[in-house]
Amino acid sequence: MYQLLSGISRWAIPAVLLIVPIVALLKGVKVFEVFVEGAEEGFATAIKTIPYLVAMLVAVTIFRSSGAMKMTTRFLAPVLDHIGFPAEVLPHAIMRPLSGGAALGIATELIKTHGPDSFIGNLVSTMQGSSDTTFYVLTLYFGSVGIRRYRYSIISGLLADLTTLVASVYAVRVFLHH
Amino acid sequence: MVNYVWLAMVFFGVVAAAASGHIEAVTMAAVEGAQTAVKTSFSLIAIITFWLGIMKLAEAAGLVRGLANLARPLTRFLFPGVPRDHPAIGAIVMNLSANMLGLGNAATPMGLIAMQELQKLNRGDKDTATPAMCTFLALNTSCITLIPTTIIGIRILYGSQDPTAVVGTTIFATSLATVVAVTADRILRRLYGQGG
Repeated sequence: MYQLLSGISRWAIPAVLLIVPIVALLKGVKVFEVFVEGAEEGFATAIKTIPYLVAMLVAVTIFRSSGAMKMTTRFLAPVLDHIGFPAEVLPHAIMRPLSGGAALGIATELIKTHGPDSFIGNLVSTMQGSSDTTFYVLTLYFGSVGIRRYRYSIISGLLADLTTLVASVYAVRVFLHH
Repeated sequence: MVNYVWLAMVFFGVVAAAASGHIEAVTMAAVEGAQTAVKTSFSLIAIITFWLGIMKLAEAAGLVRGLANLARPLTRFLFPGVPRDHPAIGAIVMNLSANMLGLGNAATPMGLIAMQELQKLNRGDKDTATPAMCTFLALNTSCITLIPTTIIGIRILYGSQDPTAVVGTTIFATSLATVVAVTADRILRRLYGQGG
């Protein structure tokens, strides 16, 4: 099953790059001209995200570098201990919605220290794979179209992250017998 | 909500830095964060430009509409406010497929295209998220993943005996998170009212 999925993953983009232009050509589309016409908006779209990303990443970096993140970890660790969540993985759980790069760094460090096949290694692998950088995605996606009021998006995003945390502990304990 | 989260991060950051006696960390972090943001946006120029070109071709070839038709049973339930033949549906489907396959580089541009299309349908205040946008981002941030490509690579790097052991646990956790996100989105949409 995994072999099949990763095969699809490897072939997906080359297949799109093959099929789309050929079908377009058969439909009488002037492929080069239409491609350029669409691509024209790329620069403006990317640049538009700058103020939003600056605002978000400045706050996230201050939170992380100042030691506030570590304090939050120390405060929350005893609470999460109750559901069998190891304190070592908590920095990852806190950083995951805020900064993709930082979370991946923490995950890599934990896998290196505890071994990929340990409980902590499997747990952090599962958490890294099954959630996204909620704040970054919201900021980037909304920013690219100039949306400033996110309404309830952050709540549903964070609820999903919390679910991932609990579900990961459960899945690693039950499916991988730790 | 985003205002409070933002303020809390900055506020507690400054307080924590002051309490531990290295207040200069705040200034350095602010500059570093801003630089990371600009670098990220600049690196997006390339992939967004490329995928916007491909998407325009796919649209002209009628493939986006075809894809939207295939996914109709699902998208009609998730995005009742989006007209069924709208290009937004095609972009949403492509974004979610790329996410599932762990193709982050393709997923982001597709997502931004979808947001542009959804913004065209925004009849209210252009500063405020529409219900369809919130649903799309709920799906996107809970990120249905079938292949966690990056983490498998790291596991192999550190000598895992079974690098793909976490595929099953990941699919389990991500599916549950998606169900929770979509349910929460539905309930919150009602609580916040349809307008704006």
